[in-house]
Amino acid sequence: MNLRAASTFFYRRPYGYLALLLVPPLLWFGTVYLGSLFALLWQSFYRIDDFTAQIVREPTLETYKQLVTQPANVDIVVRTLTMAVAVTIACALIALPIATYMARYARGRMKAFFYVGVMLPMWTSYLVKVYAWRLLLAKEGIIAWVAGKLGLMSVLDALLAAPGIGGPSLSTSYLGMFIVFTYMWLPFMILPMAAALERVPGSLLQASADLGARPAQTFRNVVLPLAVPGIAAGSVFTFSLTLGDYVIPSVVGAPGYFIGMMVYTQQGTAGNIPLAAAFSVVPIVLISIYLAIAKRFGAFDAL
Amino acid sequence: MRSSYRPDRPSLFLRIGAFAGLAFMHIPVLLIILYAFTTEDRTYQFPPPGLTLKWFSRAFERSDIWQSLTLSLGVAACATVMALILGTLAAFALARAKFPAKDSLTVLFALPIALPGIVTGIALLAAMKLGGIDPSFFTIVAGHATFCTVIVYNNVIARLRRLPSNWVEASMDLGADGTQTLRYVLLPQVATAFLAGGMLAFALSFDEVIVTVFTAGKERTLPIWFFNELFRPRDRPVTNVVAVIVIAVTLIPILLAYYFTRPDDEHETAR
Repeated sequence: MNLRAASTFFYRRPYGYLALLLVPPLLWFGTVYLGSLFALLWQSFYRIDDFTAQIVREPTLETYKQLVTQPANVDIVVRTLTMAVAVTIACALIALPIATYMARYARGRMKAFFYVGVMLPMWTSYLVKVYAWRLLLAKEGIIAWVAGKLGLMSVLDALLAAPGIGGPSLSTSYLGMFIVFTYMWLPFMILPMAAALERVPGSLLQASADLGARPAQTFRNVVLPLAVPGIAAGSVFTFSLTLGDYVIPSVVGAPGYFIGMMVYTQQGTAGNIPLAAAFSVVPIVLISIYLAIAKRFGAFDAL
Repeated sequence: MRSSYRPDRPSLFLRIGAFAGLAFMHIPVLLIILYAFTTEDRTYQFPPPGLTLKWFSRAFERSDIWQSLTLSLGVAACATVMALILGTLAAFALARAKFPAKDSLTVLFALPIALPGIVTGIALLAAMKLGGIDPSFFTIVAGHATFCTVIVYNNVIARLRRLPSNWVEASMDLGADGTQTLRYVLLPQVATAFLAGGMLAFALSFDEVIVTVFTAGKERTLPIWFFNELFRPRDRPVTNVVAVIVIAVTLIPILLAYYFTRPDDEHETAR
């Protein structure tokens, strides 16, 4: 059969053409990816025998019971969730001026400068950025140095002495971890937010100004509501990425565990795959709930 | 006709917020580059007491770094090729067609990015344990290919959706058959998005650690080498040099990807 005949054949039978295209990616995603997810789910219904430390391969809800009844485990979930919410809010606040400027004011070269300026750190090696923050937050590192030069050492010490967020140094405190998370996911908030703001028609702003609104009023009452889908889309990334990360909590060490670290430790040194699997179901559930909420704010229209 | 109305100039507050935010995003990376040249090798002292190039030559003598670098480049190349094939096929299938299961498939192809990497990682590990598969080069590639496919798919499908649908019809009306339309109309339009997707997939794979930790077993990709160094920093200056190498290797494909997909002026005129 020659190519031309084949292409006509498939043009007349769009479903055959679709099947031809879809079979390889579907085979891959269906077996490797979905198959793995089901394997994970399956293992979370196994349990580990307390005495022999062997995995008992019979379906049980024992592991989930352990997850929701042990206060230490509940603490981990609450701690991770709190961090994810705090990071999402901080990212939205810092991203707003950057996204507004690059989408609504910057033109030509300046606009390209801002877009490249946001994309470069976003795609720079994840581990290198985490490592950089280790240097920044260290006791003798650059933040302490700048604080010392500006005579702000007492402010830094007061922050570190604060209960809950403080610690011996920034590199071993929840405050430090919060800064690193916010830094890492900021570009993921800026880009969808800027995309949403790009789509606000100029005529709306003109109308608002014609009707006597000051720029600040226009921003609050016209631009901000229209940016909400972008913020919602960005928050899906900041929320999801924080929930699942285990590198940042282990490198910027605060005493408490996070979900990702728990999964990592349980499958590794502890050898408790069922509990690791059950723990990794937690972010899946939380993100599903979050996606449902974000969808109501139009997150998917802004992606 | 619309007057060339410009909303008020940005307030000083907004400008400071924008530029300070941008600076915040770049300072840590610039700092790492500075630290690769410091003469101090035990602490993270700032400012560096002196500058030197000797750590670069020391890093180049380390065979473990070369092995990890080669492995990472190999994995990234294989994962990118797989992702280009699978992602492009999926994008061509889902760009315009309407069929019942389409929405579920769209969600399926977004999952590896929407779910945290650790879920993908532990899921692959669970499957490998159940199936008795030992970690190897191929399990690393399998993990990477999954999320790299999503990157290529997103890039290509975004371009296909922007393509006016009447171009294909025009081509067919002018007597081109399906393969000719593909060859002369669709492929030239999609080529840059395809390249950009490939570049980003390569950069993502080269840098991936979250999933790789679970699928690599004893293999050490460059990010895993780096990850281990973070916990026992016995050779800090060499770690700093590797950081600079990693930045350089990922920077090139990312800049190329931006160049291939840079926003043109169409949304400027649409406003």
